[in-house]
Amino acid sequence: MGAFDRIKVMLGAEPQKATVFTPEAKQIHEMKRLNKTDFDAMKLHAREHQLVTHTWRNRRWAVLLFVNLLFTFSFWLDIQMLEGSLTASRFVGFHLIDLNSALQVMLAHKHIIVNLFIGTATVFVLWAALGGRSFCSWVCPYHLLAEWFEALHLKLVAKKLVSDHAFHRASRTVFWLLFSLLALVSGYTVFETISPTGILSRALVYGRSMALGWVLVLLVFEVAYSRRAWCRYVCPIGLTYGMVGAVSPLRVEYRLEHCFHEGDCLKVCLVPHVLNVVVKGRAADKHVPIGPDCTRCGLCIDVCPSGALHYDVKGLSHLL
Amino acid sequence: MSKPPGDERVPLAAQRPVVSAREQANRRKFMRSVVLCGSIVGLAMLGYIPVAGARKSRMRPPGALEEHDFLSSCIKCGQCVQVCPVQAIHHDDIGHGFGLGVPFIDSRQQACDFSCDAVQCILACPTGALTYIKPAFADLRVGMKLARAPVLKAKEKDPEPTLNLKERSGVARLARPEACLAVQGKSFKGQARGADFKGRMRYMDVDRWKPIAVRDHPYERDICNLCVSECPIKDAIKLEETVGADGVKRFKPVVLEQCVGCGVCEMICPVELAAIVVDERKVWEA
Repeated sequence: MGAFDRIKVMLGAEPQKATVFTPEAKQIHEMKRLNKTDFDAMKLHAREHQLVTHTWRNRRWAVLLFVNLLFTFSFWLDIQMLEGSLTASRFVGFHLIDLNSALQVMLAHKHIIVNLFIGTATVFVLWAALGGRSFCSWVCPYHLLAEWFEALHLKLVAKKLVSDHAFHRASRTVFWLLFSLLALVSGYTVFETISPTGILSRALVYGRSMALGWVLVLLVFEVAYSRRAWCRYVCPIGLTYGMVGAVSPLRVEYRLEHCFHEGDCLKVCLVPHVLNVVVKGRAADKHVPIGPDCTRCGLCIDVCPSGALHYDVKGLSHLL
Repeated sequence: MSKPPGDERVPLAAQRPVVSAREQANRRKFMRSVVLCGSIVGLAMLGYIPVAGARKSRMRPPGALEEHDFLSSCIKCGQCVQVCPVQAIHHDDIGHGFGLGVPFIDSRQQACDFSCDAVQCILACPTGALTYIKPAFADLRVGMKLARAPVLKAKEKDPEPTLNLKERSGVARLARPEACLAVQGKSFKGQARGADFKGRMRYMDVDRWKPIAVRDHPYERDICNLCVSECPIKDAIKLEETVGADGVKRFKPVVLEQCVGCGVCEMICPVELAAIVVDERKVWEA
């Protein structure tokens, strides 16, 4: 799968099986088939010695809480480090503007003033360097809440009290287009009304609002009906940052030679379609970068017993 | 080869191409997705209806573009809310019937008294929804523009006494002259808005930079003139003396052209409901 195919998968297409394999990949796939007993023995060995860690999850939660509380305390304690909320802010005086909010305002207002441009460009460069959708898992406050409620959902699923209803992943692309069109036509940032990211971020800084009820409705919907529905199928912010992530050098990389194809990563992943490559016989190359829809949350890295997934900076590993 | 009995009599329905379970699941998924799209967009539009149909207007922070342009350009970050020293600016909530997260001022509860001196909310705005100088594309109604730069009474002795504000937010109006203490020729003594009022103001004789609660600054006036004395702008309102037909002296607050519509008079007016109010987004009519 090339970079272009990975973008298509992000927009909603089903991941295609590779037809062309590199000789190295072919060799590894072959080895795993031939030495099946050895392979199984190694798999058991890796399982026995697996260290269950939450290293990346804990780091990520710490960063997420730190960033969001920095907003809160900048206002409450008047330390003026990070003023504003997630839609737009100033970090020690430098404008930062959320890309999706900026897009909505630009389309609705049809004029771009200098500060808006500077803030948007800064944030674009920042997230292009840091992985695009890493915004979702490392900063967005709704992501954290949804993660906690997801645990509840999974417990209820295990008890067969609820079941997960999937939606078509292309819905998010449709939403992105619809909300852009609505902003353009109505001259109002329609999406901001229902954006749990904006609602939560404002609530964290300026105090509770009735709009939090909407966030609760979303969470209940996700627990009772569809796992992580907002982040998976709706949120246009995720897609906007995903497009930025398509050009980002920071991503998760899959290493075929370390993988036992047990699929633990697929179970924890918010966007399992990006991990299609881990299915036995799918990887077209020895090392495969995970697509732009990946939020770089690191849950798969934590859960993998054999270190087949790791953070990678494109180009840097070749230099070192 | 012998056929098992009953094989010839396969029901017709089974001969039709059956829809596979997978296909059926896909169809359901598609329908679910269509319903999801409809409801989410529908809900978002529900939030837009009051915005589109707003006949009533809100008092926006100083320097706001005309309502339509303001609504389209506000990014709802709340930086204007943060910089205001008297916390006059609040976010609209769902159910208020205006845009969610859009800032507004409730002058009666807490008016903008320009205690920041520089109209910092405008400075803080990252998208130009609040602006010192209207860009060429944004229309400005006649009568919104101030005839000359407003002089801030607090800065009157400074080398640069004017406020960086080119347009008014509205105009004050004596809405209930019958309730006005000055009109009735009455005095006023005590806390302007009672002991429970949380509004704050900057008093130059107390502290140049730190606004204090209005309730901590009681007044004593032979003829109530709070709207005139507490007005932060020079020559924006005056108390006019009239002699009635019965020969009794009476007074009346008269709003002048320099009024920027900040709303301090509405906040400080000691009678309930306020005798003087600010009509937001109203132009000056001589």
